[in-house]
Amino acid sequence: MKYFGLIWKNVWRKKIRTLLTMLSVVVAFLLFAALSAIGYAFKGGEDAADAERLIVLDKVTIINPLPQSYQNRIASTPGVHSVTFASWFGGFYQDPRNQFAQFPIDPYEYFAMYPEFKMPQEQLDAWAKNRQGAVIGREIAEQFGIEVGDRIPIQATIWTMMDGGRTWEFDIEGIFETEDPRGSSAFLLFQHDFFEEARAFGKGTVGWYIIRVAPDADPVQVANAVDIQFANSPNETETSTEAAFAQSFAKQFGNIAMIVTLILGAVFFTLLLVTGNTMSQSVRERIPELAVLKTLGFTDLSVLGIVLSEAILIMLFGGLIGLGIGWVLVQGAAAAGGAMLPGIYLSPQAIATAIGIMVLSGVVTGIFPALKAMRLSIIDALSRA
Amino acid sequence: MSEVLATLTSVSKVYRKGKEEVEVLHNLDIEIPKGDFIAIMGPSGSGKTTLLNLLGGLDRPTGGTVVVGDAELSSMSNSQLSHWRSTNIGFIFQFYNLLPVLTAQKNVELPLLLTDFGGGERAKRAGIALDIVGLGDRARHYPRELSGGQEQRVAIARAIVSDPALLLCDEPTGDLDRETADEILRLLQILNREHGKTIVMVTHDAQAAEYANRTLHCDKGTLEAREAV
Ligand SMILES: Nc1ncnc2c1ncn2[C@@H]1O[C@H](COP(=O)(O)OP(=O)(O)OP(=O)(O)O)[C@@H](O)[C@H]1O
Ligand SMILES: [Mg+2]
Repeated sequence: MKYFGLIWKNVWRKKIRTLLTMLSVVVAFLLFAALSAIGYAFKGGEDAADAERLIVLDKVTIINPLPQSYQNRIASTPGVHSVTFASWFGGFYQDPRNQFAQFPIDPYEYFAMYPEFKMPQEQLDAWAKNRQGAVIGREIAEQFGIEVGDRIPIQATIWTMMDGGRTWEFDIEGIFETEDPRGSSAFLLFQHDFFEEARAFGKGTVGWYIIRVAPDADPVQVANAVDIQFANSPNETETSTEAAFAQSFAKQFGNIAMIVTLILGAVFFTLLLVTGNTMSQSVRERIPELAVLKTLGFTDLSVLGIVLSEAILIMLFGGLIGLGIGWVLVQGAAAAGGAMLPGIYLSPQAIATAIGIMVLSGVVTGIFPALKAMRLSIIDALSRA
Repeated sequence: MSEVLATLTSVSKVYRKGKEEVEVLHNLDIEIPKGDFIAIMGPSGSGKTTLLNLLGGLDRPTGGTVVVGDAELSSMSNSQLSHWRSTNIGFIFQFYNLLPVLTAQKNVELPLLLTDFGGGERAKRAGIALDIVGLGDRARHYPRELSGGQEQRVAIARAIVSDPALLLCDEPTGDLDRETADEILRLLQILNREHGKTIVMVTHDAQAAEYANRTLHCDKGTLEAREAV
């Protein structure tokens, strides 16, 4: 576009002022990038959830275990394709701050239930043969430098062993990863059989069940059928879709999301005021120049376009820099703290939204100065010069 | 009688300020021959700038018609007038009115942005215009790095770069010392004599008017011709 040089020069006519304005745009979009990446981590589990999967929990509280005998009864419920279980281990590796999750599960059942987790078949087979074997997600394997063949200790915070010990040792037999960029693989899986045998208490129970609904069945009906089976038993169940389960988890962060939205709102409101002020000052102080452009034959509409483009350019230029810095930071954070903030990710949608906001706020801040420039009468403006 | 470039026929211009009406120009008839160099003199407020604005299509008469070349200005829309101005009229102002953010070269290229010329062609033509006004070596300077006389030369280069037939100058030497003013006036004379530009120049300076072929006196809404001295 041949007007670009003119527009660019006009943007920088007061360098300090433009720099300060630009800086506030940079900061605003840096904040936007960081917050939406973190928000993504919170929402990630929800988005990665599979509508075809149901979670069966104790009706009273999430931490009550369910009898292992429920598995066969759930499996025979109409509409259930398959069912497996998992429990919460809640230990840590080396340091209490290294809080990646561990779940005792059944290797084949679990990987069949979660096809999004990928691991070489020979690793799965080797693991199934080793009762004390475990597999970990690539995120934590890389973070802690754990390799297949290592023996690693996990300190239990809940589950003591029969001999009173709290250190559980596992042979790493495989490393899995998730295909879904939104999902996390920041956890360790080990054999429930070993867990059942070695733990001092709680025998014959599991934390929760996971159901795969048959392709032609209605998930809601299946969930009801499961819960009705166990009504009036000592362990009543509450079955919900995985998405709803993740949502109830995410609700805990609802307040955070609210605060984030408010902060961003305030930041962008301020941004509009700052940039709007810059633009209207910039137009006010060069009324004669704009009149000269019109005298030379620039139409009212092209003068409007020039001023509007200046506002959009300030937003796009500063915004893309902010977004770029944000992207680098998010990549850094994801690489450094994958286990602490699993699923932190600057999504293409967030980037598109940010660019949309840049253009929109450019239009919002530029339109009134641009209209003023467009309506400018050459004669009035030049006789004032 | 040579060919006529511009004709004003019973042109009047009335400004309204609230209920008050000021008739600045009254039933004015002028013919401007092609290739002429006319000076317009007259007291402040007598309507000289108003006349230039009408000739340049920046303003519309209250009555009468303005014809420049083959264009009847009062029948044209604002955007038609804009396009017409960009190729037919060069404006030169008392205070130069260069864009401070652009170099001399880029200031001169401005009118060419409205043409279909590519970047290379625009630069070439602006370079030629700067050479004509004797500032080929100042192309990369910003207006603040130029003297008043040099700024006015850049403004003249900008006015001629799209090769218009008519140059309208509103007190082009009003802000310059005698010597610099004479240089600018000689430049206008060269543009008139060697490049065939028709020039209408408003001035308060009788010495400046001597560079023109003839001088018109503007007073109380009428123009009166006097022989150039
Ligand atoms: N936009 C306008 N609205 C109202 N009155 C105007 C306007 N422009 C000019 N006038 C009036 O018209 C008259 C002529 O103005 P004009 O600018 O043409 O005078 P001038 O001969 O160029 O004067 P000067 O030598 O001071 O430049 C003045 O009385 C001025 O006040
Ligand atoms: Mg005047």
